Amino acid sequence: MNDFKYIRSENLGESIDVLYKENRSKLIAGGTNLMDLMKYRVENPEQIIDITRLSLHDIYRRDDGGLRLGALATNADTAYNSEVEQQYPILAKAILSGASAQLRNAATNGGNLMQRTRCYYFYDTATPCNKREPGSGCSALKGFNRIHAILGTSEHCIATHPSDMCVALSALDATVNVQGTDGERTIPILDFHRLPGDTPEMDTNLKSDEIITSIDLPEKGFHTNYAYVKVRDRPSYAFALVSVAAALDLNGDTINDVRVALGGVAHKPWRKPESEESFKGKPATEENFGKLADHILEGATGFGTNDFKIKLARKTIVRALREAKEL
Amino acid sequence: METEMDTVYIGKPVNRVDGIKKVTGAATYSGEFKPEGLVHGYVVSSSIANGKITAIDTSKAKNLKGVLEVFTHENLPEALKSNVDYSDPLAPPGKPFRPLYNDTILYNGQPIALVVAESFEIARHASDLVEVTYQVDECSTDIKKNKAKATRDNVEAPPDDRGDAEKAYKSADFKLDVEYSQPRHFHNPMEPHVSIAIWDKDEEAFTIYDKVQGVNSSQTYICGIFSLEKEKVRILSPFVGGGFGSGLRPQYQLFLAALAAKSLNRPVKVALTRRQMFSFGHRPACFQQMKLGANKNGKLASIQHTAFGETSKFEYYNEDVVNWSGLMYHCENVKLDYQLIPVNMHTPLDMRAPGGTTGMFALECGMDELAIEADIDPLEFRLINYADKDQNEDKPFSSKELKKCYQKAAESFGWDKRNSKPRSQKKGNTLIGYGMATGCWEAFQQKSAAKAVLTDDGFLTVSSSTADIGTGTYTVMTQIAATTMGISMHQVSFELGDTSMPEAPMEGGSWTVSSVGSAVKVVCIQLQEQLFDLAKKVHPEIFKNLAHKDVTFNDGKISNKSGESVSFSEVLKEAKKEKLETENTLEPEEEQEKHSCYTHSCVMVEVHVDEDLGMITVPRVTSAIAGGKIINPKTAENQILGAIAWGIGMALEEEGMIDDHNGRIMNANLAEYHMAVHADVQNLEVFFVEEHDDIVNPLGAKGLGEIGMVGVASAISNAVYNATGVRVRDLPITLDKVLTY
Repeated sequence: MNDFKYIRSENLGESIDVLYKENRSKLIAGGTNLMDLMKYRVENPEQIIDITRLSLHDIYRRDDGGLRLGALATNADTAYNSEVEQQYPILAKAILSGASAQLRNAATNGGNLMQRTRCYYFYDTATPCNKREPGSGCSALKGFNRIHAILGTSEHCIATHPSDMCVALSALDATVNVQGTDGERTIPILDFHRLPGDTPEMDTNLKSDEIITSIDLPEKGFHTNYAYVKVRDRPSYAFALVSVAAALDLNGDTINDVRVALGGVAHKPWRKPESEESFKGKPATEENFGKLADHILEGATGFGTNDFKIKLARKTIVRALREAKEL
Repeated sequence: METEMDTVYIGKPVNRVDGIKKVTGAATYSGEFKPEGLVHGYVVSSSIANGKITAIDTSKAKNLKGVLEVFTHENLPEALKSNVDYSDPLAPPGKPFRPLYNDTILYNGQPIALVVAESFEIARHASDLVEVTYQVDECSTDIKKNKAKATRDNVEAPPDDRGDAEKAYKSADFKLDVEYSQPRHFHNPMEPHVSIAIWDKDEEAFTIYDKVQGVNSSQTYICGIFSLEKEKVRILSPFVGGGFGSGLRPQYQLFLAALAAKSLNRPVKVALTRRQMFSFGHRPACFQQMKLGANKNGKLASIQHTAFGETSKFEYYNEDVVNWSGLMYHCENVKLDYQLIPVNMHTPLDMRAPGGTTGMFALECGMDELAIEADIDPLEFRLINYADKDQNEDKPFSSKELKKCYQKAAESFGWDKRNSKPRSQKKGNTLIGYGMATGCWEAFQQKSAAKAVLTDDGFLTVSSSTADIGTGTYTVMTQIAATTMGISMHQVSFELGDTSMPEAPMEGGSWTVSSVGSAVKVVCIQLQEQLFDLAKKVHPEIFKNLAHKDVTFNDGKISNKSGESVSFSEVLKEAKKEKLETENTLEPEEEQEKHSCYTHSCVMVEVHVDEDLGMITVPRVTSAIAGGKIINPKTAENQILGAIAWGIGMALEEEGMIDDHNGRIMNANLAEYHMAVHADVQNLEVFFVEEHDDIVNPLGAKGLGEIGMVGVASAISNAVYNATGVRVRDLPITLDKVLTY
């Protein structure tokens, strides 16, 4: 762990200013991921800016009927928020299937979006990793890759994004509000995280001087027909091998709207809106669920020990859609 | 009668005597002592598995304010190099690992430097500034890839062959010839290893607080390395936050703390990080060939069990993996073989039920597979082949109530509801399976000493250098002493974990109750005799012509048959003695040598497997144990519950992932090294069956620390087969292995 400076920021503008001026700075809120990464020397900021005093904790209803989740609201406060529970139970369920009670109490919504991969090699500075050290190589390609990606990979990186929350946010078409020196902007959740390509060191499209201020959920919460199914190696405190957030808007047995987002399979929460689109108006049958899964998983490729994920993902999608339908 | 029962604690579910201390933080663990002037060491670990350090530059680290010294092989005192004995009492054949001894790297994660600084944070930061250059040689850690290098050198030979196993196998009606394997497991007690060494320059003596499962072993180790007499090395370890075997050998932080403390003449604390907790001994990777044959009547005709275990390039770690196959069931034709494969890893180290949990995994899965092959209920199959004597040693058992275990477990679990056809029980997407296994572990007794001191206030202090690794040693020893002496538990203190006390063996092998407990019982009887002699002198009118056996010791009083009594305190006061003191060393008796002493168990489990997603849960485990006399049903059950949780982890989750390209462990943290968590552990049911044993030791109690784990992984594996029809022979049984699509 390196020597680093610590400052506590009292207002948003100041935080952005410091981020802009000192580019080896990192924001810290819950710290549940950053502290680990600093201890392992994966992250070596010269300065950390404590933003926990900023007024970004609130969860409140917006005029358009949607809900705004403050970037600094904890995962636990979000999952147990009564409006989230009632209107967006898929989000509550996803959050509560992640980490542990203690971690969820500390971790914030903004931090959840910014958490980094759990790839073993990313965490170990003694091994090559393109995400940690661009150009050094990807150890996972020929190493332990049972937990790695099957979609959207590149020869440079096959890491996955570990979040559960972001999978549900993707299914809900959430948007991320950010603020930087150039002002505010809103990023659709599906554009927030990136695929590795040849720049796996970049997890997100957030600019270096930008801070996440909140996450907006549209009004439609799919609270009547939803499921979050997480397949993992133990029933608690384990990251997803495959997770699926599925939401249905049904008219009798006909699909009005369907959303399927996957976790544990790619460098970002995986969604394919065009696949979903083609199933609108079709009957909500097991057969169609299977076909939709095949569409979504088109092009999935394994790297040896994670080959099983491809068929498992298909089964998980079908299971989640069935659960959503039968809820 | 009521008062008579007052001081009988053996067999009662007494609360832990140290419970309040532990939950209030008043129990001081080795790393929590704060001697004046304490400084902190931080270990630098190698990042390669095989090769040499070609350069190590410590200048940047040393220049950091607050750093006192950086120890490496380049500045190791000459006195620690020539002809120095680095062995410890449990060192296997070979050359023990010597930290910072030279530039050679033997395994990945090897300690290569110790940074000592005024604060932990400075030491940790400085450790990052140590620059190391290596000559990297090819490494190999995969035992299967290195099968050609398997050796029987320095291997303790398993029991001799009996009959002709291969011939009997050929003519058997039902056959099985399969291979089982398991990965490395890492102990990971909650409390990481830590030592605080204090050097007294004037006396040339060490006082060391060490996290260890036996202080005497650390003493021997430090005396050997620093050429000191035992009187000059005092090791203390009053509380231990879990051991599971990891503290059976002194670990490198002990040496490093002592080295630094002596060199700097400052008290030095060295604590290992969680990652470093994966950098020494572990349960070895192992693969096993199991070849079994049975005849039409269900009798085992042949057992052939060959195990290939992992060892390091510098020591030959041995454990009894295959012996169980010659012991558990009656069979006239047995061939056992055990070989070691050296790889670029640290030497393995005993871990909860070492060898037993490994060998019995293969045997008990094999028995299940063969029973199914022969179309016999797996429990019935075991009863048909029940062993009434130990055929390995040709000895009778001191006691063996295994049949009671089978009966009790089957009854409570509802074994009769098992459908032998795989995939026959299903609810929704969930496949339900039942499985069972036998468990077995040795009931050792080791030479142990204890001291008892009775003071004139009627307070009894008993001591022995044993440990309490969370097992309840403080509590059960207090129970044994109070019951034997006939005194309230509140009037008894048991002390442990200090080399200045009478010597006890390591706390391991499930032998502490039988060994130290027996010594405590015998020393208390000895003290009674001395007290009674004194009582006769001061109160001849009460005890005239009476012998020790004619009086009772209860409620802190000695009484004759007509009820006249004198309290212990009165006896001492009247005799004008401040205290009575006696010491005893107890060794196993000859009668025990003529018998085989084992604990047994029957484990039955229900598993649920999600048919589509493969996720496996264990909603129910029943464990019936024959462990002799149970001193404290509460701490005893606690041991078994914990061991079952371990078994669940072994079956479904635990795997040290060593990347063969660099010999590094890739999941050296508690997030990615999966072991059972609360959500894994559901309904556990523990029974202790009645088992009387006068031979095993003076207490009639057998150890319970390990037996609870043996058989659990096999029972789960067998249940997974019953649920899914998929036989997984490679642990852990992760969900991908049971998916049938």
